[in-house]
Amino acid sequence: MSLTPKDKATVKLFWGRMSGKAELIGADALSRMLAVYPQTKTYFSHWKSLSPGSPDVKKHGKTIMMGIGDAVTKMDDLERGLLTLSELHAFKLRVDPTNFKLLSLNILVVMAIMFPDDFTPMAHLAVDKFLCALALALSEKYR
Amino acid sequence: MVEWTDNERAIINSIFSNLDYEEIGRKSLCRCLIVYPWTQRYFGGFGNLYNAETILCNPLIAAHGTKILHGLDRALKNMDDIKNTYAELSLLHSDKLHVDPDNFRLLADCLTVVIAAKMGPAFTVDTQVAWQKFLSVVVSALGRQYH
Repeated sequence: MSLTPKDKATVKLFWGRMSGKAELIGADALSRMLAVYPQTKTYFSHWKSLSPGSPDVKKHGKTIMMGIGDAVTKMDDLERGLLTLSELHAFKLRVDPTNFKLLSLNILVVMAIMFPDDFTPMAHLAVDKFLCALALALSEKYR
Repeated sequence: MVEWTDNERAIINSIFSNLDYEEIGRKSLCRCLIVYPWTQRYFGGFGNLYNAETILCNPLIAAHGTKILHGLDRALKNMDDIKNTYAELSLLHSDKLHVDPDNFRLLADCLTVVIAAKMGPAFTVDTQVAWQKFLSVVVSALGRQYH
């Protein structure tokens, strides 16, 4: 399920339109994930508040989107490009990789809301493939 | 038994009462077949599925999308017993159609994306929570009779 040149171009195009609102998008996607999949809250027990507008959620949403933005620039070799992040997730955060899918779905939902006409099935396919590849690279160092 | 708050019932009913079954059904099934191409394995008799364009124009797929969405009406009308409501349909998908139940989740995710695009900002966090809860109960019920 590797990314074709067309997939990469599609992802870059959407990222270009999203990067200016990265914080908002990240916070929205994260809030939705925490609400729809409450088990994901277990990773954030140290936060004061997990509600949609909270400072912790906003800040972390931004952190995540910055990471994704970085991954967009490293699409040609995600495994090497995300090595440090993978080590962080593997040895320190130890997020069960199944959760990457849950956040990915919510990023797709936010994109569908933002781009109701442009987020076509083909665009959805390209972005989903990218997010899957990203998740795979992130879990590379797990074992 | 699944517990529904009054708010959740209201949200689900509202979504369905404003739903264009043909539009959303067609779009959801097409999206599923395009984003997860292995799901095409179940549609061998549905004509041309060669690429995204042909899938999107395929009338048999469009009709089937509408049929699937109307299938959700049963859950809507029996929210307090979705499990038993879908017992027969679950057996059908298991014994006759031989559909891997993971596909129900894939279609549900596509349906969520299509509804999100349709509703825009009105698809709030609370709306999404209720909607995905509803779909997860349906998906669970449809997979329940597999043996």
